Amino acid sequence: MSTVGILMLVHNALERAEDVARHWTASGCPVVVHVDRNVDGATFRKFRQSLASDPLIRFCKRHRCEWGTWGIVAASQSASALMLREFSEVRHVYLSSGSCLPLRPVQELVDYLAERPRTDFIESATTADVPWTVGGLDFERFTLRFPFSWKKHRRLFDRYVDLQRWLGVKRQIPAGLVPHMGSQWWCLTRQTLSAILEDPERPTYDRYFRKVWIPDESYYQTLARQYSTNIESRSLTLSKFDFQGKPHIFYDDHLQLLRRSDCFVARKIWSRADRLYQAFLTDSDGAMKKTEPNPGKIDRIFAKAVERRTRGRPGLYMQGRFPWHWASNSVASNPYSVFQGFSELFEDFEFWLARVSGARVHGHLFAPERAELADGSHMINGGLTDSARMRDYNCDSFLTNLIWNTRGERQCFQYGPRDSQDIRYTLARDPNAQISVISGAWAVPLFRSNQNFTELRREAARLQQVEASQLNALRAQETKARVRIWTMAEFIEAPMEPLQTILDELGPLTPRHLSEAPTMVNLTGFGQFLQNLKNQGMHPYLMGDFPVEHQGPVSMSKPPRKPYLVRK
Amino acid sequence: MSKGASAAALTSQGWAPQSWSARYRLRLKRRRLMWRCLRARHQLTPCADRTSDIRAQDILLVAVLRNEITRLPHFLQYYRDLGVSHFLIVDNGSTDGSTAFLATQPDVSLWETKASYRDSRFGVDWAGWLLMRYGHGHWCLTVDADEILTYPHVDQRSLHELTTWLDQQGQRAFGAMMLDMYPKGAIGAVPYVAGTDPFVQLNWFDAQGYTWERQARYRNISIRGGARKRVFFAQEPEHAPHLHKVPLVRWDRRFAYVSSTHVALPQSLNRVFDARSRLPSGVLLHSKFLGGVIAKSAEEKQRRQHFTHADRYDAYYDSLIADPDLWCADSVRYRDWQQLEALGLMTRGDWV
Repeated sequence: MSTVGILMLVHNALERAEDVARHWTASGCPVVVHVDRNVDGATFRKFRQSLASDPLIRFCKRHRCEWGTWGIVAASQSASALMLREFSEVRHVYLSSGSCLPLRPVQELVDYLAERPRTDFIESATTADVPWTVGGLDFERFTLRFPFSWKKHRRLFDRYVDLQRWLGVKRQIPAGLVPHMGSQWWCLTRQTLSAILEDPERPTYDRYFRKVWIPDESYYQTLARQYSTNIESRSLTLSKFDFQGKPHIFYDDHLQLLRRSDCFVARKIWSRADRLYQAFLTDSDGAMKKTEPNPGKIDRIFAKAVERRTRGRPGLYMQGRFPWHWASNSVASNPYSVFQGFSELFEDFEFWLARVSGARVHGHLFAPERAELADGSHMINGGLTDSARMRDYNCDSFLTNLIWNTRGERQCFQYGPRDSQDIRYTLARDPNAQISVISGAWAVPLFRSNQNFTELRREAARLQQVEASQLNALRAQETKARVRIWTMAEFIEAPMEPLQTILDELGPLTPRHLSEAPTMVNLTGFGQFLQNLKNQGMHPYLMGDFPVEHQGPVSMSKPPRKPYLVRK
Repeated sequence: MSKGASAAALTSQGWAPQSWSARYRLRLKRRRLMWRCLRARHQLTPCADRTSDIRAQDILLVAVLRNEITRLPHFLQYYRDLGVSHFLIVDNGSTDGSTAFLATQPDVSLWETKASYRDSRFGVDWAGWLLMRYGHGHWCLTVDADEILTYPHVDQRSLHELTTWLDQQGQRAFGAMMLDMYPKGAIGAVPYVAGTDPFVQLNWFDAQGYTWERQARYRNISIRGGARKRVFFAQEPEHAPHLHKVPLVRWDRRFAYVSSTHVALPQSLNRVFDARSRLPSGVLLHSKFLGGVIAKSAEEKQRRQHFTHADRYDAYYDSLIADPDLWCADSVRYRDWQQLEALGLMTRGDWV
């Protein structure tokens, strides 16, 4: 008979438990099975009958087990006592569940434990040191009472916790105990386990732990610290938990992953995972690998999946991850630039920008008539069309789709108070947006247009109102975009400097120094135009101070060329 | 997406708070829909009632269909393989032998009705009655005959794995997005042999260009896009078909579908697309554009049974009858679920 005894706590999928129990006994390990009282009598009798022929299998007293309650500890106590009494050769007792599956040949586990005859494998840490408690009840699980079921009477459970907090209830922890927590699946030596079970103080401890929250994660973990001489604080059972503290389930497709883990036992196994049960329960000839269990590999794979899921790829809307306004991820996937007032002030701004920066420069993407895609095209990557209706139906999606679909290439577009304004909050809160505004430049097309002055005046008033509220949005505290705002008067005083700054931000492709500037429109008479508006009672102020006689630089003189050397 | 709404005005769920009267109206609406479903039972005549075979843990499939004989063999086989134990099907006056075919299937319970599809809210009332009567406590999959559900790990894990996991997480619903599948070339030119996988021929789809919006009334997320929007609804995106669905629900007799399976009540069932709930989601591969669609569209245009505002969809039917080519240079060829996940059309969530 082997020196390792197995305790199995079973509550469903009994036919699988039967296979696993036989697998243990086939290698000589005695098994004590605890079947949940919730399993009906007929099923239990049939199960016991099917295992009756095996001399190494015993059934212990049945308790009603519910998650988070004392029943599970009571079950393991009964099973342990029976194991220690019936099988005197047993040196290590391994607690497992019906959905545990041994991954390596049993003999390897026996040998591994035989080499460490005094070691208790039980994960055990003080509450202050563990990050894995879920739901905010860490130390309080030892100082409050939990008479109500969390599963069935959640509301009562929560209210009673609140009440105790309000009353300041604090239970006395039995003298000498330091609460520890850890995985409920342990492997203890006969010495430690019998010391726990035969302690004269056990009634006191049991009474205390009966009202502790999830005692199966703290009873043995705390008491083992009292008696053990050599605690190895880890569980030999591989089990992964999701962020809610629920165990991950292993399926057939995890076969290779489990093989590579080199762990002795894994849980929780999906009861219909035929391939897993077949692979691991018949693999008796498995080559003896003297390797330490390595759950790290599995950790990494799970962490990767969780990472991908929780962070997502910014900018791509996934149906399972609708983004929220205040999510830390940015709105669009890549940086992009928005120019306001530039194409109004310069004759050939878009063409010029595309040439010096190498970026894709669109016109007014949010123009009321159509989305002015670069080069006058009607469709762009990913089947996005220039239809204004399609765009306006959900302009946030239009923008994020456009930026995602054209990733790898810097996107620039023009914007202004004439354009659809639904997008402006999205732009303002997107850290990937680089927004440059020449305020008041919308007046230039009006100035150059051939419309009746009444219409011009009305349009100017409207545009000024829109732009003023837009600038307020850009200057708001919540704004995450990189925003630069110049008044038009300020800008035309020295246009090269701001242009250079903008180009520098566009990336390394752009030349160090601007050698050619875009052509500014002829502003002769613009000051007078503004004055006329004022005379009509409409005060344009966003463009800054334009004296009536201000002629503006009619054509900009090119900056002097830097001297350069020709190298061979 | 609500525009310009400040973060502070929204609740922790990300929705504007609902008044108690709005919530009560939803409750009334749900009761009204339940009443409609209850009434709808009078329109159904049982043809083959094998519901006594249903066992406690069975996963059920509910469908309302008409003239689907070409799709049915593959449809039944596919869902049997996924773990569906029993099919509850309403046949709305088929004339192509679907009725006889279904009546002989050992795991199908069949009802017949000649009543108006439109008046039963496009079959939702009929399906609602079957869900109410037989679905209580079961995981129920409500799909059309041209919808094939796929989800992460579909090649390795059946619906039992999925629903057990959802149970463990305390989740009652599973969301999926419809994906319009189409062939390369004119849709009428594609031959289809009944019983084979339709997505061997309909193996292209739009991977990009979907839009999402939050609809506050039922707190659901509406998804639109895909080939139908691109080709048929470019000028009226507000009428483009919705693509979000909640097809798989652990049903309770007090639940109700509001419009098709897009939206369900109580509204907590619609939370399946919430980014933070870490739930897996799936894709309903839509085999509408199989060869027969042209003749069928001509018929549906006459029957006027399919849309609330039938006139609005005349142009849609006309362009379908004209045998269009839905393929474009940005179409993506369908491979497997891993591809759909990589494209962000579905996610495995925490179900790793």
